[in-house]
Amino acid sequence: MEEKSWERQQASRVLVASRSFANDATFEIKKCDLHRLEEGPPVTTVLTREDGLRYYRMMQTVRRMELKADQLYKQKIIRGFCHLCDGQEACCVGLEAGINPTDHLITAYRAHGFTFTRGLSVREILAELTGRRGGCAKGKGGSMHMYAKNFYGGNGIVGAQVPLGAGIALACKYFGKDEVCLTLYGDGAANQGQIFEAYNMAALWKLPCIFICENNRYGMGTSVERAAASTDYYKRGDFIPGLRVDGMDILCVREATRFAAAYCRSGKGPILMELQTYRYHGHSMSDPGVSYRTREEIQEVRSKSDPIMLLKDRMVNSNLASVEELKEIDVEVRKEIEDAAQFATADPEPPLEELGHHIYSSDPPFEVRGANQWIKFKSIS
Amino acid sequence: MSPPRGSLESDGRFEETSLDASSFTPLFILVTVREAINQGMDEELERDEKVFLLGEEVAQYDGAYKVSRGLWKKYGDKRIIDTPISEMGFAGIAVGAAMAGLRPICEFMTFNFSMQAIDQVINSAAKTYYMSGGLQPVPIVFRGPNGASAGVAAQHSQCFAAWYGHCPGLKVVSPWNSEDAKGLIKSAIRDNNPVVVLENELMYGVPFEFSSEAQSKDFLVPIGKAKIERQGTHITVVSHSRPVGHCLEAATVLSKEGIECEVINMRTIRPMDIETIEASVVKTNHLVTVEGGWPQFGVGAEICARIMEGPAFNFLDAPAVRVTGADVPMPYAKILEDNSVPQVKDIIFAIKKTLNI
Repeated sequence: MEEKSWERQQASRVLVASRSFANDATFEIKKCDLHRLEEGPPVTTVLTREDGLRYYRMMQTVRRMELKADQLYKQKIIRGFCHLCDGQEACCVGLEAGINPTDHLITAYRAHGFTFTRGLSVREILAELTGRRGGCAKGKGGSMHMYAKNFYGGNGIVGAQVPLGAGIALACKYFGKDEVCLTLYGDGAANQGQIFEAYNMAALWKLPCIFICENNRYGMGTSVERAAASTDYYKRGDFIPGLRVDGMDILCVREATRFAAAYCRSGKGPILMELQTYRYHGHSMSDPGVSYRTREEIQEVRSKSDPIMLLKDRMVNSNLASVEELKEIDVEVRKEIEDAAQFATADPEPPLEELGHHIYSSDPPFEVRGANQWIKFKSIS
Repeated sequence: MSPPRGSLESDGRFEETSLDASSFTPLFILVTVREAINQGMDEELERDEKVFLLGEEVAQYDGAYKVSRGLWKKYGDKRIIDTPISEMGFAGIAVGAAMAGLRPICEFMTFNFSMQAIDQVINSAAKTYYMSGGLQPVPIVFRGPNGASAGVAAQHSQCFAAWYGHCPGLKVVSPWNSEDAKGLIKSAIRDNNPVVVLENELMYGVPFEFSSEAQSKDFLVPIGKAKIERQGTHITVVSHSRPVGHCLEAATVLSKEGIECEVINMRTIRPMDIETIEASVVKTNHLVTVEGGWPQFGVGAEICARIMEGPAFNFLDAPAVRVTGADVPMPYAKILEDNSVPQVKDIIFAIKKTLNI
């Protein structure tokens, strides 16, 4: 519903502004390093004003949503695990821009951004983080277990989501509907054995699986040099072709994704993308993020490579948008996040009576044992 | 390779029927557990295109234990998939396929190898429907031989009933005879939840009567319901999988001494049908549990705990007793192995002890 009012505003903005702005502009993007590929994605791309404004809004929404989560966590309204992705917005928004809603996506625990780009509202995401009944998983899952249509979470066990993603790709091939599955993992997870098992089977069976390593340089507090004998993550698929992408440039991510998706859809089998990106926060809310990296490094990335800043500068300098209208979007986003946070804070917790629900799917109700034999919960599917 | 058709005469002879009697529906036929599982899978593969089988050697080898014989020839590469030796990987792939709308049967060559993939079974399959608040079901079957075989030693003989039975979100079944095997595999495949089917290698070749009901393509054994294999009045003997046969043997021996055992075949480990066991204990006042797995934290331990907590406790005339595998990694030498699994004599001894005879 928020989308529709945004579209109306957008339409009026375009009407008013269409005379002063360019409809689109062409940009040069970084060439991707290639592994077992003759050609890579194009080095220029066209960005329309409409797309640009949408990407800007989405990235800003993810950014502010994550910062709001940080705030709520420090107020102890969010508890447990909370892994934030501010700095990595070009990845989730860029990937989504390169695929269709009917394609599939699975990732690990740094998942709030993807949950949003795959279609859930900030409201239901924040309410899930605060553990309320209005959360997208009814408060049963929390930060790492959010699901949406064609979005399979949110997975807490490092690396386990990769075979899952290959399995979703198997289903895509089985059903023959020309869909692909984006299967994400981090630089830390890249050393998991089960990922290599998944590479092998995906290549053997030519599964339409795009393996994506979101390399933010640190697995918790361990830098890539200290964890991997080879930090060329885009080559680690060995027999699987790969490309290394500037993950701070949303247009680079989009073009690479389009390229990878076309590759998979043509039936050639899996492909691997390494997105070089960066997280501003520590690994999680319990990590200040400065014991294993310097503040200077964080500051340098922020000032030179911030994905939102990069897009904004491009759009303003090519007359695709004005500084003022982008500021307006900022204001609207802030309001959306504020409203969502209000809801997430005020919404009640799930009712205790529902503790036992959703053990089994499609089953008649049964009883679940509580902390002792006299405490019983009803379980509804 | 159709099973012999005919009738069991009152003197025990098996009289084979000639096959030109097309209007004659045999009252029962003999089917091995292996054939029963094969039939069950075949029928479900035919019934629903979303069902497929994957695992090591399931296709061109016809199955490591020949359980999937003929299926690859009939259904081809798309539906019967040979995997590399990558349990964690292919179990995860199977779970992902289930999340995306398929209905995979994931075979572990033995459940010992499932330990490598157990994270995918528990964390990716069992818990997901709950964690997602009811959004993401995982309709998957994990099947394969479980527990002791013969002479395969410690790493290939573990029983996983207690390990999988521990986890909410999973269903765990343990067939004993052919009807159990066919009916439970079909129910498992049709179930929209992750179901672990613990088969038994030593049972694969054992033939059992198959009623005309069991011969039907819609024959199902419900998950979560135990079966009373033998009525009795003096003591309740509860078991699952191969030991059910040993319990029936013990019951036959004891019957000659005037002791009538009620033998219950659990069929399902989780959700456990404790009500059937309780009702029986209320009647017989005595309980012995029999399982192949280790004693500590096992299936029998759970039954005893629940009996204590429920109405049947006040009807016990003696403490409930467990018969289990020996509390050791399975040894190889025959004499040692034989004494590491519950034998008929051990069951008889436990029953007599409980009855104070």
